[in-house]
Amino acid sequence: MLMRIQMKKFTPQRIWILIAYTAAAAALFSAPLFVSDFRLNLLAKFLAFAIVALGLDLIWGFTGILSLGHGIFFGLGAYAMAMYLKLAASGGKPPDFMGWSGLKELPLFWQPFQNFWFAVAMGIAIPAFLALVLGYFTFRNRIRGVYFTILTQALVIITTTLLIGQQAFTGGTNGITGYSTVLGYSIGSPETKRVLYYVTVAALIAIFIFCRYVIGSRFGKVLRAIRDGENRVRFIGYNPAIYQMVVFTISAGIAGVAGMLFVLHVGIISPSMLGIVPSIEMVLWVAIGGRGTLVGAALGAILMNWAKSEFSTAYPQGWLFFMGLLFVVVVVFLPKGVAGLIGQIKFRRKRREPNHEGVRNPAV
Amino acid sequence: MEVFLLQLFNGLSISSILLLVALGLAITFGLMKVINMAHGELIMIGAYSTYLTQNLFQDYLPKSLFDWYFVLAVPVSFVIAFIFGLILEISLIRFLYGRPLDSLLATWGVGLVLQQLARSIFGAPNVAVTSPAWLNGGMKIMDGTLLPYKRIFIIALVIACLVSMYFYIYRSHEGRRMRAVMQNRDMASCLGVSTRRVDAMTFAIGSGIAGIAGCALTLLGPIGPSLGTYYIVDAFMVVVLGGVGKLVGTVLGATGIGMFNTLFEYWTNASLGKVLVFVCIVAFLQWKPMGLVAMRSRSLD
Repeated sequence: MLMRIQMKKFTPQRIWILIAYTAAAAALFSAPLFVSDFRLNLLAKFLAFAIVALGLDLIWGFTGILSLGHGIFFGLGAYAMAMYLKLAASGGKPPDFMGWSGLKELPLFWQPFQNFWFAVAMGIAIPAFLALVLGYFTFRNRIRGVYFTILTQALVIITTTLLIGQQAFTGGTNGITGYSTVLGYSIGSPETKRVLYYVTVAALIAIFIFCRYVIGSRFGKVLRAIRDGENRVRFIGYNPAIYQMVVFTISAGIAGVAGMLFVLHVGIISPSMLGIVPSIEMVLWVAIGGRGTLVGAALGAILMNWAKSEFSTAYPQGWLFFMGLLFVVVVVFLPKGVAGLIGQIKFRRKRREPNHEGVRNPAV
Repeated sequence: MEVFLLQLFNGLSISSILLLVALGLAITFGLMKVINMAHGELIMIGAYSTYLTQNLFQDYLPKSLFDWYFVLAVPVSFVIAFIFGLILEISLIRFLYGRPLDSLLATWGVGLVLQQLARSIFGAPNVAVTSPAWLNGGMKIMDGTLLPYKRIFIIALVIACLVSMYFYIYRSHEGRRMRAVMQNRDMASCLGVSTRRVDAMTFAIGSGIAGIAGCALTLLGPIGPSLGTYYIVDAFMVVVLGGVGKLVGTVLGATGIGMFNTLFEYWTNASLGKVLVFVCIVAFLQWKPMGLVAMRSRSLD
């Protein structure tokens, strides 16, 4: 399938795009040569966020489902990895915060997380499974649009209260931190950090290619059809619920991957990093970069986070004002984000783009 | 028996606050298909209006009148939140009709700005509002069961709001126009109803009720810039559970969530209680995906 997409037509435009992608990948891989260790770590964190943005774009930009719960999927992946790292640091004994809560024995569900690969598998499987369950019980009943969005937001609230409330098992408000090694290598050393950066770049590229493949496939065409006119798709004979469920699950799995990488770079995960505000911030990255274009979403995540780390320390209040206003401006005036703006300037097509929220007045 | 009565009362108290918060949301969503995430900040505006009224009374009026500031604070909160809502509708919301998801994001941005604004004006720490003396204490119904006057007052306030909303929607000309627009916007506008005016008015009234909710919340504890965020998601759950378009749906939704929340939190603990309520709501939506009371309509979506 991938071959077929690439073999389709080698128009000059396509070749330029291919060259641009290669250049971007080369730049990412060679970044450690130019950038300081501190900046590299920041960049790695932003790339992990770019991965979430890709997954979010897959459901929002291409299927028209807005999830405000991706912070949770991101966070569950992060917690799975954090559990492994914590156990690696404590040598299999119950971690420190359990002792503070009076827990002597390692709980049963913590034990398998001593294995790195089990933790990785769970970091993808748990968010994906949660998404599948929620998706099954909502899409099947045609609960969608705003109703679905509100339910995802409620999911965020209850998961964070649960994580904070079950302090003995999850570390409560402080979250899980204090790691030492990953697979036997010291997690703080510059060499490990560099390797982790390369892993993140590779994961980003692999997930990017995977998303492109999904979008280019027949499955992806149905997704876009659902976005533009769900009832028409149903009347043609497809079951949109299955497609929505699958893509929501994939998206949650991708967020889980990003969460695992995030923990490896940042060294802490706590409920405040997966609450309502982080979740909606993820949506902002995609909105600004451009929903419906994968590159836009990824670039949006990287640029927004870069801007945040530059400005928010200097002007913490101004940053929140700026972010709120940006939200309003982008949604009202630039529904396709920056990528859409560039596209408009570049091509100036006469043909009017289909409305994003779907067909305005469906004739069905 | 005492425990049961007390829990029942607590549940009723939580329900009434949820109802006050969700009332405006349900109306605007039913009418305009606009999700207003800044609703929580309108609550916050109402709460700070009460705070300001209190300060004005303290500074400029004799002490003997201080206890009556709250009587004035309720309409003041309503009016200020009403004005904010009107400005919001005219300057932003009307560009977002028919785009529910976009309206959700844009109003969230507005909420962020308003929160930050409150933080710059009033400072980040919570401020306390002294409740009037006549609301302290409680009604003793039997030994060991004390029903605080504050909560009874809130319940009464909610009932008053509800009754006036009922008369407005079902017994006034304005309300009839509003229902007409809700049922069929195009037809209503063909028949000469100014849908723009109805939209603006409805949104502003919904915001005003949020302001009253904020005023009521000052009785229950200190208030801060992020006061509204605690209530907004629960309020949306009320809308989802209750269905849109009918007052009775919102009332039932709020009572259901408030009661079950109290019940589950009493049985388990605060965090597990919330999870159980969420699970119950999702389970309920399996049975009635459109919520408890859905407006009958022949349109597909």
